[in-house]
Amino acid sequence: MKAAIRKIVTVVEETLVEGGRAVSPPTKRAAAIAVIKNPFAGSYVEDLAPFFDAGEELGQLLSERAVAALGIPGSSAESFGKAAAVGGDGELEHAAAILHPKLGAPVRRVLGKGASLIPSSKKRAGPGTALDIPLGHKDAAYVRSHFDGMEVRIADAPRADEIVVAIAVTDSGRPHARVGGLKKTEIKGEDGLH
Amino acid sequence: MAPAQVRKYVTVVEEILHEGGPPPAVPRKRAAVAAVVENPFAGRYVEEIVSLMDDLKPLGIEMARRLVVALGGDARAIDGYGKGAIVGEAGELEHGALWHMPGGYAMRELLGNAKAIVPSAKKVGGLGTRLDVPITHINASYVRSHFDAFEIGIADAPRSHEIVFVLVMSIGPRVHNRAGGLAAKDVKGEDGLR
Repeated sequence: MKAAIRKIVTVVEETLVEGGRAVSPPTKRAAAIAVIKNPFAGSYVEDLAPFFDAGEELGQLLSERAVAALGIPGSSAESFGKAAAVGGDGELEHAAAILHPKLGAPVRRVLGKGASLIPSSKKRAGPGTALDIPLGHKDAAYVRSHFDGMEVRIADAPRADEIVVAIAVTDSGRPHARVGGLKKTEIKGEDGLH
Repeated sequence: MAPAQVRKYVTVVEEILHEGGPPPAVPRKRAAVAAVVENPFAGRYVEEIVSLMDDLKPLGIEMARRLVVALGGDARAIDGYGKGAIVGEAGELEHGALWHMPGGYAMRELLGNAKAIVPSAKKVGGLGTRLDVPITHINASYVRSHFDAFEIGIADAPRSHEIVFVLVMSIGPRVHNRAGGLAAKDVKGEDGLR
């Protein structure tokens, strides 16, 4: 199934100052968000495979848009995350069918690597709901400086028969990260964790 | 007073591919740029505040430039605009009014001396406050197809001593606009109204 996209929204945050101190260079994070029709809203459908393909298509489209919004090559992206909000007449499982089976592979292609699990969140909600997209380092999930989250919302979505699908990508960790843990300079990047 | 210190820029782009009925031939685009800046007057009453308008001029120009880039780079394609401010709780609504001149004229200049007044909204609010920024046609306020609004908010702003300044631009009328009134093609473009 090809996703019927009503709207695509991109959000870029550029942080220049945090805690009163300059962030140099400024940190950037971007989210690309698609509002798609949920053809299974209002009915129970056993086979959700059509959503797997829609997820694959959106993984490509949204990660490309997010990287373009950051203005960096995909390989320079440092952390990633994904999230979905299903409108009132859909099931939480619809979000899972989009996010989990096939969305990740094209994201990793766009970002060059991405050995880590892509952190995710999902919910059922109405228009204007806030999605907190969890963020983690793309090659080593334990990199503590990159644990983060990005809030996005779209005033008019999801309608009852829609799904909001979001991918977030950053060029850096938290501004002034200083709580220790695994550093990005120490990554092995083989098992997705360390 | 020094130029405004920006803590964070947020850029949001919406591309609307579908809105009930047949998909429009050309997707509609709208974008907002928000800047989170320190409010030098927070926490006390200051009588003389207009000097901040000059300090905000470079910010207005920078934000207008970012908007044109976010919308594809062609200023001539842009035919709608609006502006707004959210003043953190230690400030006054009047501080938000300082944005009218630097925010409005930066856009009007960049868009080829646009004739219409730039519609605006402002409020005092807390972190995550949403603002509906009104949008009208850049050369004739009465163009009915271009009456619109763009909702924006930032999860971590404004803090009590900050102000979020917002500029919005758009390309094209509401999708499937059919509420009559003055059409964009009939604009005289002399008085900014018709």
